[in-house]
Formats: sequence, structure tokens, C-alpha cells
Amino acid sequence: MHATSEAAGMRIDTDLLREVEQFIFREARFQDELEYDRWEALWTDDGVYWVPANGDDTDPTKQVSIIFDNRARIATRIKQLHTGKRHSQTPPSRLRRLVSNVELLGEGDDGQVRAGANFVVYESRERGVTLWAGRSEYTLCRTPDGLRMSYKKVALVDNDRALYTLAFLI
Amino acid sequence: MTSADLANRWDSLIEPGRVHGSLYTDPDIYAAELERIWYRTWVYVGHVSEVPEPNDYVLKSIGPQPVIMSRDKQGQIHLLLNRCSHRANLVCDAQKGNSSAFRCPYHGWTFSNTGKLLGYPFNSGYDGTALKSELGLGRVARVASYQGFVFGSFAQDGPTLEEHLGAATDAFDRLVRLSPTGEVELTAGWLKHKVKANWKMLVENETDGYHPQFVHASIFSVADSGIGELYGDKSVAVCRDLGNGHTENDLRPEFRRLDQPLGWFGTDPAKVPGYVDQLTAVHGDNTREILIDGSPHVMVFPNLFIAEIQLFVIQPLAVDETVQHVTAVQYKGSPDMNRRMLQQTIGSVGPAGFLLADDSEMYERNQRGVHARTPEWLTIKRGLHRERRDENDHVIGDATDEVPQRAIWKHYRSLMEGQ
Ligand code: FES
Ligand SMILES: [Fe+2]
Repeated sequence: MHATSEAAGMRIDTDLLREVEQFIFREARFQDELEYDRWEALWTDDGVYWVPANGDDTDPTKQVSIIFDNRARIATRIKQLHTGKRHSQTPPSRLRRLVSNVELLGEGDDGQVRAGANFVVYESRERGVTLWAGRSEYTLCRTPDGLRMSYKKVALVDNDRALYTLAFLI
Repeated sequence: MTSADLANRWDSLIEPGRVHGSLYTDPDIYAAELERIWYRTWVYVGHVSEVPEPNDYVLKSIGPQPVIMSRDKQGQIHLLLNRCSHRANLVCDAQKGNSSAFRCPYHGWTFSNTGKLLGYPFNSGYDGTALKSELGLGRVARVASYQGFVFGSFAQDGPTLEEHLGAATDAFDRLVRLSPTGEVELTAGWLKHKVKANWKMLVENETDGYHPQFVHASIFSVADSGIGELYGDKSVAVCRDLGNGHTENDLRPEFRRLDQPLGWFGTDPAKVPGYVDQLTAVHGDNTREILIDGSPHVMVFPNLFIAEIQLFVIQPLAVDETVQHVTAVQYKGSPDMNRRMLQQTIGSVGPAGFLLADDSEMYERNQRGVHARTPEWLTIKRGLHRERRDENDHVIGDATDEVPQRAIWKHYRSLMEGQ
């Protein structure tokens, strides 16, 4: 089914939009509920996970980032969480996040879908409550197992300021 | 609490083998530290590569004080306070930029990047002409640099920077020697990591060789890292009191035993041939030894931690709040090595880093723990019985000993007791 967005003057594939939304909501739930392996399984083999610092469009090969993981480093991050000795997540943060403003941003010839969404994460741990807000941008690929992430960029609203430890999955 | 009361109690709070918990929690002590340490001794502010061109500036800090580091058009570096001399507005907003002057947005007073008041609107409102000579921006009284590292001291008089650094100058020399051009650049930007902990928890941890096997066990096990062994019971590495509160984990004895060029960086020369060629062109036969010895791990009191391939700057904001700024060291003109140092830095440090997230958790747990009423004291006796002196007469200990913590507190006490 297709609907037309008059303002943007472009057609929106609402089936695809719902599928992407469901993917992003599921990803959020896996993060909140510490389903590390199920979260990791959402990545393609060449996934890149980027959380820039000091702006949203820095060059991560020249400037520091909060996270800039290739697929191997994503795996390391998950393995570290699984050791039970990742002290900054032992005990783990209690988390709930709201994801909204999901938009399809484009489709590639290869079936890749680009999507964006805003989020707020409520994190509770011994230190107190920390709110994290930002925008995620995804590149999703269609695989025999459904949509998978090949790219996720998380642009935190506060990324130019001093931040508390961010050891949960954002 | 008057300052006289404080002056009388340092010896009852700081003993050679233990320190009192209130040193981390008492707001009066924190206030006294600002006056006697942060606003008096040499404090690291920034690096010349952060203001490479004439009229470049960057916002920096000395503890809670906002400092503009500017380079004037003659190339000289100034440390100015970000406070308008009229009614105290901030004169500079941008984190960095290029400008010969700062204009205050409140009433339009304008200051040169050397701190001079250049002008003010509607000047018939003032009867004299003395304003311009009297009302410049506040400035950090003394500015000096070593190997491009710029330090400031709010005290008009006192030891020179080189006297203050003393034996720690060697750490800077060793750091820049690993750059084929002999220069490092801090061009990769800063991660700013905030913790609810007293600043001394961080300073003491930087050269604590006892914690890595426990705090970092998770990443050492999954990343198959050899770092843990450097800080074990079998390690021949040493820790060292460099004097003036500067401390070191000297890993060279271990690296020499392992005899692997670039082993300290977890790589080998074949992976960075361009860099190794560049360094060999400068150092010839000594290159192998330089690449085996690696980069220093030295805490320069009170706020600069040279951590092999990273630089950390510690900024206290309150008795229980501290920001740790960190960047990757970059060797001027060595792109292959720089890319690796940057990627390793991003993985290790900052709010989500495989290492520093867990160190930061420890700082915060320490800060919560120290509020418990007893045993009141923190024990720093480890290795006291096996302290010895090296060929330069510096006190050293085994890799996991608390020589650095004792050295930090000894110097701290001398500063706090000083006039
Ligand atoms: S406060 Fe700056 S011009 Fe008045
Ligand atoms: Fe550590």
C-alpha cells in the first residue's frame, strides 16, 4: 500500500515504514532489556556503529568519537558486557527509551533503506537518573532473516558537552 | 573552618601510609585546594598545536576557571580569563576560532587577543582615558611551555615550569621522540567524561598499577590483551616517585624483557612501515630501542596524564565532580600511526571506552564509599617495605605498589601547608 505525502511531494511506502518502525522499536527493546546477543544479531557482517562527539558530522577517521565500532569491535563490546565484570554495567543500568519521529530517508537500488528516528533514554543507576536524547540514523539491509543494520549513527544532543559514563547500548 | 584551622590539620589528615577520607569530601578542603594548588602551581592548559596560526584561540580551563588560550599575531601565547572587565559577561563563546579581538555581547567592549581593552561604545560616559590601560582582561600570571605543552600559574612568583616539572620533563621528551618530526599534535578533539568523584580519585588512579587486573579484567580477557600482565605480581615494571607530585608506571623493564618493537602499542613494525621508516631516518640504529621502550605513562601533578597514546586533562568542578578530558596523541606527519592511535583511543577511553568507563565507575564507587563513617582512613601502604631508590635517587617500587599514591600525597601536603 502506498500513501502520498503531499507536503514532501513524495510517495511513502507505508508497509515499509511499518516494517522499519517495528525493527527500530525491537532494537530499542533489546537495548533496554539487555538482550545483548539478540541486539548483536541485528547487525550485518560489515556493520558500523558510530556515536560522534563534538558535533554530528565530524570525520571519525580524524576526530575522536564516543563510539566508532566496526563489526569486530561491536562483538568485543558485547563480549565485554557478557563477562559480568564490565563494572560500569555491573549492575546494569535500568533503562527505558522512547523512540519517535521515525522517517524513511531513502532507498538504494540494492534494497538498502535509510531511516531516522529521535529518542529519549531514561537511565537509572546508583549515581542517579541520566537523560540521553538524540537522533539515530540507520542504514538497513534486506536479508533472508529480515532487515539488518549495516550502519547506525547516534547523534546525541549533548555530544559537545561533558558526559557521564555511557556503557549501556545507546 | 578558618584557613588557620586547616593549616594546622594537614599533618593529622595525611600520614605516610594513610590519608583521611574527609580529604575527598570536605567542601572547605576543596576550596583550600583551589587556592593553594589550582590557583597557584603550574597547571597544564593546552598545546601549541591547538592554536597553530596567528590569532587562533581555544577555550580551556584551570579547574573551574574558564581560560582563553590565544595566539597573538606575533605568535605569542596568552592565557586570558573569559570575563569582561566591565560587568563580568563572558567575552568568548566559541569553543575555538580565529580572531584578533573579542567583543563582549553585553555592552560591546572590545578586547585584543593579548587581553588589552581596545574600546568601548559611547565613551563620553567615562571621564578619563585611563580605562584602556587599567581594564584589560584578567590573565593567568605566568605562562610557559615545554615541548609545546602550555602551562599556566596564577602565582606571580614561584618555581619555574622546568623546576616544577623536574624529572617529569623526561616524559615529554620521550613522548615527542616517538614522533619522527619530534612534535606531537593534539588535533583529534577532546572527549569530555564527567564523573561524580573528587579529582584526587582520578589523579591517584592514573598511576595505580594495582587496579588494572581487576578493573579491566573484562576487556583484557575478551580482547586477549597482554596489558594485564604488565601490572601483575611477576612483572618487572616499576612505579616511581618523580618528585613534586609527579608519578610514573615505568613499563620499560617489561618491554625490554619482551624485546618487541611496538609491542607496547600492541602492533609490530610491519603494520606501520611508513612510520618506522620515518623514525629510522631520524634515529638510525637507536630506532629499535626507542620502539621497544615505547611511550611514557606519567601523571604530571596536578592535571596532565600522559598515558602512552592518550593525554588526559583532569578538571575539578566541585568537591565531588570532575571532568576528564582526553584526546589521542598524534605524531606530526605520521598518518599511518595516527590513524591507529586514534582508533585505539576511541575504543579505550571516554564515556563508552572499554577501559575508562570502568575506571570512572571506580572513581564514583570510591566517592560513595568514602562517605561511610569508618574506618575513616584510606590505606596506601602497599610496597612500603620494599621501596628502594633508582640510579637517579628516585623512590621506586614494584609494578603494583603504592609509591605513586604516597608521592602524590606527600607533595599535596607540602602545597597545602605552604604559605
Ligand atoms: S559586561 Fe562586557 S561590556 Fe558590559
Ligand atoms: Fe584503569
